[in-house]
Amino acid sequence: MLIEILPEIGLYAMMLALAMALVQAIVPLAGSLTRRPLWMSYAGPMAWGQALFLLVAFVCLALGFLFNDFSVDYIAGNANSQLPWYYRLSAVWGGHEGSVLLWSMMMAFWGLAVSVFSRNLPRDMLARVLSVLGMINAGFLLFILATSSPFERILPAPPMEGADLNPLLQDPGLIVHPPMLYMGYVGFSVAFAFALAALMGGRLDAAWTRWARPWTNLAWAFLSVGIALGSWWAYYELGWGGWWFWDPVENASLMPWLAGTALMHSLAVTEKRGGFKSWTVLLAIVTFSLSLLGTFLVRSGVLTSVHAFANDPSRGTFILVLLGLTVGASLTLYAFRAPRVKSPLGFGWLSRDAMLLFNNIVLLVMTVTVLLGTLYPLILDSLNMGKISVGPPYFNALIVPLTVALGLFMGAGPVTRWKQMTARELIKRLWLSAAVSLAVALMIPWLYDGAWSLPVSLGLLVAAWIVVPLAREPLILIRRFGLRGPGKLSRSHYGMVLGHIGMAVTIVGVTMVSNYDHADNVRMSPGRSVEVGGYSFTMTQLNETRGPNYLSDRATIRVTQGDRLVTLLHPEKRFFTTRRQAMTETALDNGLTRDLYVAMGEALDDGESWAMRIQVKPFVRWLWLGALLMAAGGILAVCDKRYRHRSRTRQTMEARA
Amino acid sequence: MKKRYWLFVPLLIFVVLAFLLWQGLGRDPSHRDSALLEKPFPAFSLTTLENDERTVDASLLEGQVTLVNVWGEWCPTCKREMPQLLTLAERGVHLVGVDYKDTRDKGQGFLEEFGNPFALNIFDPEGSLGFDLGVYGAPESFIVDARGNIRYHHTGYITPEDVEDVILPEIRRWQ
Repeated sequence: MLIEILPEIGLYAMMLALAMALVQAIVPLAGSLTRRPLWMSYAGPMAWGQALFLLVAFVCLALGFLFNDFSVDYIAGNANSQLPWYYRLSAVWGGHEGSVLLWSMMMAFWGLAVSVFSRNLPRDMLARVLSVLGMINAGFLLFILATSSPFERILPAPPMEGADLNPLLQDPGLIVHPPMLYMGYVGFSVAFAFALAALMGGRLDAAWTRWARPWTNLAWAFLSVGIALGSWWAYYELGWGGWWFWDPVENASLMPWLAGTALMHSLAVTEKRGGFKSWTVLLAIVTFSLSLLGTFLVRSGVLTSVHAFANDPSRGTFILVLLGLTVGASLTLYAFRAPRVKSPLGFGWLSRDAMLLFNNIVLLVMTVTVLLGTLYPLILDSLNMGKISVGPPYFNALIVPLTVALGLFMGAGPVTRWKQMTARELIKRLWLSAAVSLAVALMIPWLYDGAWSLPVSLGLLVAAWIVVPLAREPLILIRRFGLRGPGKLSRSHYGMVLGHIGMAVTIVGVTMVSNYDHADNVRMSPGRSVEVGGYSFTMTQLNETRGPNYLSDRATIRVTQGDRLVTLLHPEKRFFTTRRQAMTETALDNGLTRDLYVAMGEALDDGESWAMRIQVKPFVRWLWLGALLMAAGGILAVCDKRYRHRSRTRQTMEARA
Repeated sequence: MKKRYWLFVPLLIFVVLAFLLWQGLGRDPSHRDSALLEKPFPAFSLTTLENDERTVDASLLEGQVTLVNVWGEWCPTCKREMPQLLTLAERGVHLVGVDYKDTRDKGQGFLEEFGNPFALNIFDPEGSLGFDLGVYGAPESFIVDARGNIRYHHTGYITPEDVEDVILPEIRRWQ
């Protein structure tokens, strides 16, 4: 039967993909060094083959999950025949082995996309880019085959039933969170490959940045969505209403995001003005290195985390070697080939170049802050100085002021001119925005809460300061060309605008929810009611219900405001029978200006009372809404017309050659 | 040319970082030993899995070095750990099991199916002993010396390599 040998087909497909990745890594590069077009042209077909065979492997694993093939160790460990089919499907990447397969498959598809959409690149450049991508994926596939094959069988005595998916992961948010995150991580490999190819070819002009920009934006957009989904999931699934924990795994995804944000801006300077050349290359390397570091931290188990992935030192060693080779080799290449700074600064301190430079510095300081906070416990442990953990106070104390500084430059940056401008002109362009922002920031806390609040005003000032100056350019165009004026701005400009607005929206969310949330831990039993944040919560019922693979205690909570019925909430405490694990299913009433949040804690001794955590969270949606806007901005910038005018790029290239 | 040295700085930083990561690899960040080590095994009074009328307590563990293994029928990793435990029993290690959050039928069925390396099994259906031991999940193992003090704590699965490399040396150390 074909179904019975699916795991073997998958394994074989993975081996074939490895072989193709190796060919893709070696032959095109050799061709580019010896100027053999035939060798260089191996890159494209190998990229196709790799993507195809990894897809086959992935589909084989997914089918194994759908057919409940518990003779496969990984499937037996992460699924159960009672698990609904969609969770059985998402369980494919619910554990370590499947996650790395997904990672590798995405890597292959990014490579394929590069080979398809970059036909106009100079042939040797494309060959080198794909060769670098081939090397990375070959390393990853070796890692999977050597330490983490998802197709390992339990023979001769396979279990009759699987151990079930971790209940924490049985959630719609978790179906899409890892793929988005991996798309982001892996996507930065493209900018990395372009940077390395440029270093190898010694062609460090602005051209490589022009090609690398859309890929970087796209990867960044995916990563933004991935991080937002993770935060959203933690918010409603972990049951205590937090949305960011400065957990090592979260930090692992935040670091490449911060570095990637710096990279996007630095790429802009290099493309437009030819500045920061060396810096941009370094950032491209650093961003992808941090993605790899993130993978290492998550997969090797050197750090503890709420995510608690299966840990295995042999895997950790393998990824560390991979990380060492990739990053070590690329930084060595960088050290020998990076362009020297030729001229002193070609711009004044009041210019867009300078604003972007400051933005880069702030973002880099943030990255280092997060990196140090994440690794500090590990470093202390390595030096035998004790085991400690670094908590949110450290991160908040540093990241909050840094964000304020970042916001300052974000507001001024878009209205400044390249190269230089006078202070007088800058003030002329900004004073009105500053006044408006200040007024908004001072008024809103008073209108919302009836009292002044310094932290809220500061947060809102930053948010308004980011948004208001963005209106300047469309307004000028309206004045000059009427209503059709704003259409003259490019899509990448609007991408920037959207991205910045997204950041401001997130800042508003963070500010409001951190300062105005109400939370209360209460004892609830049927008939009892409690007031939290101006809402009245009454428990009307308590039942026991049954789900496909769990039993559940379910409460009905009636929420009223004054005499008006707001909603009925149904928090649950589920007990997953296979894993014998209890899970809190929170009940939420979402709103643009506030969330109502009820989570069941523990049953209390009298049998009908439960400890409950009731929260009112103002503007918490804005956190994730902002991230979605940022991602939309990134994608809008990719849709810019100039990336579709392939012929023009080619002409420029030929003219250059 | 002097300026070029700066370009090596990122590489240098990375090498230091990689070294520290490598140092961190072999360590278990979730080491929770300190709270339990050197302390007497927590007091308990539970029946045995084999006989629901026989009650045992912590004095059971006095007199010889014992490996206490927390397991359950519901725990797939425990099944994979059984061959190692059987090996340890063959090598003369005194093993006591804690059947953790289980039912009597299932626990007994498990031992019939996968073999019984244990001199005795403490039946802990509510997980009260497991709670006192600070058990996160199964399997976990503790080495208790002849005076009833906990000397070593193994979190998770005892691999075939661990038998020779970790467990037997630890047992010998406390004999």
